[in-house]
Amino acid sequence: MLAMNYRGPYRVRLDRNKPMPEIEHSSDAIVRVTRSCICGSDLHLYHGLVPDTRVGTTFGHEFIGVVEEIGDAVQNLKVGDNVLVPFNIACGKCVFCEQQLYGNCHESNPEATAVGGIFGYSHTAGGFDGGQAEYVRVPYADVGPTVIPEDMDHDNAVLLTDVFPTGYQAAEMGGIKPGDTVVVFGAGPVGIMAAKSAWLFGAGRVIVIDHLEYRLEFVKNFAQCEVYNFRSLGDVVLFLKKTTDWLGADVCIDAVGCEAAGDAMQTITGRKLMLQAGSATALHWAINSVKKGGIVSIVGVYGPTGNLIPIGNVVNKGITIRANQASVKRLLPKLIDHIQSGRIDPKQIITHRIPLEEVSDAYHIFSAKLDNCIKPILIPPSARK
Amino acid sequence: MKNTERDYSHIKGWGIDADPLDVPAYPMKRRTENDNKGMIWERPAQQPALVEVLHSNERPSLSAVFGTPNPPAGLSGKIRRFAFRYSESMIRHWLLLLLADRVNVIEGVKEDIQSGHIPDFFGELGGKAELKYNKAGLVRKIALGSLITIVAVAWLGRKRR
Repeated sequence: MLAMNYRGPYRVRLDRNKPMPEIEHSSDAIVRVTRSCICGSDLHLYHGLVPDTRVGTTFGHEFIGVVEEIGDAVQNLKVGDNVLVPFNIACGKCVFCEQQLYGNCHESNPEATAVGGIFGYSHTAGGFDGGQAEYVRVPYADVGPTVIPEDMDHDNAVLLTDVFPTGYQAAEMGGIKPGDTVVVFGAGPVGIMAAKSAWLFGAGRVIVIDHLEYRLEFVKNFAQCEVYNFRSLGDVVLFLKKTTDWLGADVCIDAVGCEAAGDAMQTITGRKLMLQAGSATALHWAINSVKKGGIVSIVGVYGPTGNLIPIGNVVNKGITIRANQASVKRLLPKLIDHIQSGRIDPKQIITHRIPLEEVSDAYHIFSAKLDNCIKPILIPPSARK
Repeated sequence: MKNTERDYSHIKGWGIDADPLDVPAYPMKRRTENDNKGMIWERPAQQPALVEVLHSNERPSLSAVFGTPNPPAGLSGKIRRFAFRYSESMIRHWLLLLLADRVNVIEGVKEDIQSGHIPDFFGELGGKAELKYNKAGLVRKIALGSLITIVAVAWLGRKRR
C-alpha cells in the first residue's frame, strides 16, 4: 500500500510497498483512510524534535476512513462504517479512561507512562503507525472510533479527530467566565479553533498573537477576534498589559508549543541546540501576560525533558496552569452538535488538498509556511475516484 | 461575572457553553471507586508481543496494546535498549533516544543504498514545492550552502599547506 515514510529530520517520502496492516489484537479494526491531515505537531516529528522517532514510521493522527476489517471482539463497528478516529488510543477500561481522560490511557503505550498512545506519533507515543497511508490499524476500535453522522461533511469530520477538540479544550481548560479577556498565542489551526471556541464560553474579548500576517488575517475573520503581529509589538507582554488595563488577561492559551518563534535565546537553546524541550516562548509570554490568579491553558506540544519558563512568576502571581492532550472522545457529542447547529464550520481552515503521493511536498509547504498554508489534508488515491 | 453589556449577537453560539459553576473546569480529578487502588482495572486482553517492544521501567509490563512497526535493530536499537534502562525522569533516557534517532537516519540511508534505492534527497526534502513556491528562498539556500562549502574547502586547504 501507499504510505508516508519518515527518513530523518525534514525528509519524508512516499512508500509504495508498505505492508498492509493486520489485526494484531481482537479489539483492532483496519480502516481504509479517506482523508488525513498533517498536524502542526507532526512538524515536531518532521523536524526531529521528538525522541524515539524511528526511520520508517508513518505519521498521521488526524484521519477518517472506512472500516475494512474488524477483530473478533469488536461490537460497535461493522465493515463499511465511515468513521472518524480520535488521535488518542484509549482502552476505555483503565482508571484514567474511566475518568474520561482518554488522552491519558494507561493501556496503549508501553514506551512512556507520561503520554497515552497516539497514532503515528513516534515510539514515545506507543510506536503505532499513523493514518497518512491508504490503510491503518486502529486498536480499541469499540472505544475511540465514531461513526460519522450522515449529514456531516467529511472535511469537518476529519477536523474532529484533533484540531477542533484540542482548540475547544484549550478554551475549556481556561475556565473562561463571561466577560473574560482571553489571549491565544498562535494562529495555527489549533489557535484558530481555540479563539473561536473562547466565544462559546462567553469570552468578552479574544486576542490572538502570531507573526504570520496571512494567518492573523484569517483568524480575524474566522473567529471575529483582535489580532496582533508580535514582530510589530516589540515587547509582547508589555503590550498585553497596556491593553488589559495594566492587569493582564484573565486567560492565556499556549497554542504553539515547542517551535515558537519570537525569542532568540529560546529558539537557539530549544530548537537549534535542543538543550531544552523546544522553544517555550509562547508559554513564557502566557505566564507573564496573564492576570494574577489567572489561568494559563497549554495545548501546545512540548518534549519530555524540560523548558526554561518563569516558574517563579507562576508562584508569585498565583497562576493556575491547566494542560492536557485533548480528550477527543469526551468532547465529540458536544462538538458535533456545534458543527451541525452551524455555530462553527471548521473546514474553512483547510487551505490545501494534496494527493498522498505528494506527501514530501505537503510537509515542506506546511513546515515552511509556503503558499499561505494553514491546514493541508492528504487524499489517498482510492478517495479521489 | 463581569460586565458583558457588549453586544455579541454577531457571534453564533456566544456563551452557550459558559458554566460559571464549572470550576476549575477540565481536567479535574474525578474520584471514582477505583481510585487509589492501583492498577486493578479489568485489563484488556494482552496483545502478543511477536517483535521486540521496549517498555518504560516506570511500568511493570507492556500495555495491553502497542505498535509493532520498526522494532529496535542495529546500532540504533542497541542505543535504544540502553536508553530504556533509565526512567523517563532521567534526561539521559531521552538524549540517548535522540542519539539513536540520528544513528537510525544513517542506517536508513545505508539500507536504502544496499537495497538498490538511491535516496532522492531533493524530493524527500520537498524540493519541488520549494521550487514552485519559494524560488528566491531556494536560490538563497543554494548560494549560502555554496559559500559555506567554498569557505570550508579554502580553510581546510590552507591548514594543509
